[in-house]
Amino acid sequence: MSTPLNAEDIAQAIESLAASIRERHPDEALTIIGIRSRGDEVAERLCTLLATDDRELNFGTLDISLYRDDFEHLRENPKLQGSDIDCPIDGALVILVDDVLFTGRTIRAALDALSDYGRPSKVELAVLIDRGHREMPIQADFVGISLATERLDHVVVSLEGTDGEDKVLVTPRA
Amino acid sequence: MLRKDLLDIHSLTTEDIHALLDQATPFKEIFTRSVKKVPALKGKSVLMLFYEPSTRTHSSFEVAAKRLSADVTNFDVPSSSITKGESVRETIETLQAMRTDYIIVRHGRSGLPAAIAKMTNACVINAGDGAHAHPTQALLDAFTLREIHPDLTGKKILIIGDILHSRVARSTTEIFLRLGAEVAWLAPGSLLPGYPPAGVTCFTDYETAMRWNPCALYLLRVQMERQDVQYFPSLREYHRVYGVTEERLKRIADAGIHIMHPGPVNRGVELCDAVMDYPLSLINQQVENGIAVRMSVLYSLKPES
Repeated sequence: MSTPLNAEDIAQAIESLAASIRERHPDEALTIIGIRSRGDEVAERLCTLLATDDRELNFGTLDISLYRDDFEHLRENPKLQGSDIDCPIDGALVILVDDVLFTGRTIRAALDALSDYGRPSKVELAVLIDRGHREMPIQADFVGISLATERLDHVVVSLEGTDGEDKVLVTPRA
Repeated sequence: MLRKDLLDIHSLTTEDIHALLDQATPFKEIFTRSVKKVPALKGKSVLMLFYEPSTRTHSSFEVAAKRLSADVTNFDVPSSSITKGESVRETIETLQAMRTDYIIVRHGRSGLPAAIAKMTNACVINAGDGAHAHPTQALLDAFTLREIHPDLTGKKILIIGDILHSRVARSTTEIFLRLGAEVAWLAPGSLLPGYPPAGVTCFTDYETAMRWNPCALYLLRVQMERQDVQYFPSLREYHRVYGVTEERLKRIADAGIHIMHPGPVNRGVELCDAVMDYPLSLINQQVENGIAVRMSVLYSLKPES
């Protein structure tokens, strides 16, 4: 087991995400939607960094459990946490945020879930970590850290607000 | 929670009950979106097998299943071969061959949903069997009162009406007790069971029952179809003695007591017309929450593969 990323790396990654988003969208209104769980915390920290800008900034969270494509293979259905999107999605420029981009299936589900709230003018994807091994034609617009991993490695992200500590562990397959 | 069927409240662990109720909240949130539907049960089939008439429970389950993207088929009793003498077993074998994933059953005989559950790989949900159980009604009742009182511990609920024949009274009493609430029954002596569950106080007099200080009154529907046997002298008399009359409603309002009813209401029998506009009536919330709770149940059960 290795700890490739510590709290400082994570803070830097989120700052670089915020900087890239700011560069591409200097003053446009943004709707930041974090995918539960942990994507919501990354999104919240991004919002804090972007809050100093002179722009309209909305925040929401998305639970994609009901949009998964693997119900057939699960012994028990995932526990729902619920989505919380109070801002209008119709016509919004949405930045979808997740902690780890892996197969792309979560993002596929998130795009379906988001479209049930309305029709955004544009959706872009920001991820803290891109670990590769896509199973769908999905790429991120903003990447905090690119991590080289094996397909079967476990990448475990802990975040302060959710888990009490910022760190990323990579566990190889036993 | 991991189970195939929902047959009664008794067989659920308290943890299961909390999980089903907690999970109904995110489902309720879906009703406020522009698309009131999620793909969780896409491609699954839900069969409504109602041997007894029901408008509310039937349509509530149907809406719940459709909001989860399941396909719903109605096996209507009068129009199907059940009236031609087909046995329940033959019907279930037919449904099994149709590869139904969920069967929602209502039947006048207690225990029939449990018997069906043993015959099939499909999930079976009891939508009311005889005087035995009506678990989804109990779940929606608990969910509705929990929205007012998030912790039901020590809360007092007075259930009024035909306790003896009521599966609603049985299941709803059990769930409230399991969630730590106190339950009392108020009914004419002829409509009270001889052996109430432990912890349930029985009253036959309205004023005495109200001095017990309930936070909610739960009125059961007087079943008009049972009026051939005289359990009480007349509907007018029932209203005067056990109903929420206009005069009583004023005192109920002053005490801040909520009113619940499983529907459909017999106006002028259990409740006077004014209750329909009573601000602390939870009857409409019960209907809306019924859909969310039934979505939570459908989502949580897993058919055997």
